[in-house]
Amino acid sequence: MTIMTSPETITPRRSFLRDNPSVLWFMGLLGLFTLIVTLLSEGMGMGVISTNLVKILGMTLCLCLIAIAMDVVWGYCGILSLGHFAFFGLGGYAIGMWLMYARTEIVIRDSLGRGAIPPTEREVSEGVASQIFGVVGSSELPLIWSFAGSLPAQLALVVLVPGVLALVFGWLAFRSRVTGVYLSILTQAMTLALSLYLFQNDTGLRGNNGLSGLQNIPGALEVPQAVISVWFFWASALALGLGYLLFAWVVSGKFGSVIRAIRDNEARVRFLGYNVEGYKLFVFTLTAVVAGIAGALYYPQAGIINPAEIAPIASIYLAVWVAIGGRGRLYGAVIGAAFVSLLSSWLTGGGAPNVDLGLFRIVWTDWWLVLLGLGFVAVTLFFPKGIGGLFDYLVRKQP
Amino acid sequence: MTTLLEVSGVSVTFDGFRAINNLSIAIGEPELRAVIGPNGAGKTTFMDIVTGKTRPDEGKVLWGEKSIDLVRMSESQIAKAGIGRKFQKPTVFEDQSVRANLSMALKNKRGPFSVLAWKATEADNARIVALADEVGLTERLEHRAGDLSHGQKQWLEIGMLLAQDPRLLLVDEPAAGMTPAEREHTTDLLKRAAKTRAVVVIEHDMEFIRRLDCRVTVLHEGSVLAEGSLNHVTKNQQVIDVYLGR
Repeated sequence: MTIMTSPETITPRRSFLRDNPSVLWFMGLLGLFTLIVTLLSEGMGMGVISTNLVKILGMTLCLCLIAIAMDVVWGYCGILSLGHFAFFGLGGYAIGMWLMYARTEIVIRDSLGRGAIPPTEREVSEGVASQIFGVVGSSELPLIWSFAGSLPAQLALVVLVPGVLALVFGWLAFRSRVTGVYLSILTQAMTLALSLYLFQNDTGLRGNNGLSGLQNIPGALEVPQAVISVWFFWASALALGLGYLLFAWVVSGKFGSVIRAIRDNEARVRFLGYNVEGYKLFVFTLTAVVAGIAGALYYPQAGIINPAEIAPIASIYLAVWVAIGGRGRLYGAVIGAAFVSLLSSWLTGGGAPNVDLGLFRIVWTDWWLVLLGLGFVAVTLFFPKGIGGLFDYLVRKQP
Repeated sequence: MTTLLEVSGVSVTFDGFRAINNLSIAIGEPELRAVIGPNGAGKTTFMDIVTGKTRPDEGKVLWGEKSIDLVRMSESQIAKAGIGRKFQKPTVFEDQSVRANLSMALKNKRGPFSVLAWKATEADNARIVALADEVGLTERLEHRAGDLSHGQKQWLEIGMLLAQDPRLLLVDEPAAGMTPAEREHTTDLLKRAAKTRAVVVIEHDMEFIRRLDCRVTVLHEGSVLAEGSLNHVTKNQQVIDVYLGR
């Protein structure tokens, strides 16, 4: 029985799935997990798992999705991007705009409709604008909200905004051959700049208030959250499954060979006739788009998005998850993201008992970051292959 | 034999140090050419200029029938135009199999989208096996390139060069660190390759050069000191003074 395959060889004339049994394993486990959560959920099953926990699990799946994107861009292609959470946040903002606009529109129409004369479109639009932007002292709908009433348009923006930003940023950075730590710093600067910009009240995205009430889905306002949480859990599981399949396919063939070669020695790849910058741009943009989709599924479950979400530290956590889980293997990224983010919400959510050491108490909400930092250092020093590396031992013991 | 590559009047300066000084070399097709010279003579810099790694301050590097100037092209464009290079230190992708290494070098479309859709055809696989055979790595096709011996890595890199099917091969110290038997095999490989294409070899080992049995260019302080058969250049008093005499 082999859990993992050797992705390093391109064996001729064999099917993708037979070559990558880890993909089948992953799909099976993900399907099983989805089934179990559904059967135990409050909304659809026995009610063992609370709605809140279903949401946390669904959000964790979204984090796993951005983690595999990060693994492809960093673990496979060698670009240590410390800005992928910006794309995640932009995806969230794009869908959040529709959620907030459409729900407010329903509320406004409802209240205006009670009057004797039916409201004009202008009145509705003004009502929505002052309702949403009253908090930042404005009553006009900013230009970027032009399509906020249209779900298809905002869904397109979920893909387009991160995609175009990544394309432009990547084109400028890779064309100038910015690599290594300089590129990481540049991506940090990008996410910091974006976050600071969004903190401004006049940027049209409600400044530090962010977008809220995203858990209420227009058109399904009567449906209880217990049920909606399961829907989103399913959507997140589906997105993670498809994303895993996509990336496993991308990294399995010759393309995977080339990007790993770029990671190991990009100059040599150039002399083989490959346009290294084009490949980096492709990988950077593709993973940014997937990060945007992950964000669009995450924030309706979180219920709120604000500029703090795309602070530089978030993207650094992402790199830590992937490093702890194991770079250069997709399931490693999933394990790292799930393990660290669930552990984090357990420890910081007050779920873990504090440890009394007599002289002082370890309060996990304060000490969690210390633990994470120590864990990261330990993994880097002693287990460079991360948790995923443990599977290598399993496979070697059972040939 | 027609001229394939013509380097004319090229100079390049690094921090005030003139690495290449008004260098002119012409390589024909097919031809086997050895480039020798003392350390710092500009041998590797010459290859850097031809492959686009270093841009010269002045001069022209003309390529092919249409006399395209390579100076203005990027590394990958030059490689696609038909110039392959083997580095001094064997640089293969150690994490990947010998097959994956050769497969990447195969003469196929290089764009991300075509590579994404690429599937090895019957012909590709046959070519990979033939190349592995040529460089004596048939048994090691599925092994990690990092597990190969030093000599085998050198051969793999030569195999990757041949897989690109270039018109000009630039080979930097192919025999470094090889056993005598491996050297002999390498000489055969290069001589065979030079029957249909241009091959330029940088080497220090005079015995190796002698076995190549080809025209020799001696570089010194960034320009050509002498050119001709090995016997001819080794009799040149200047060559003896700056290089052989040491």
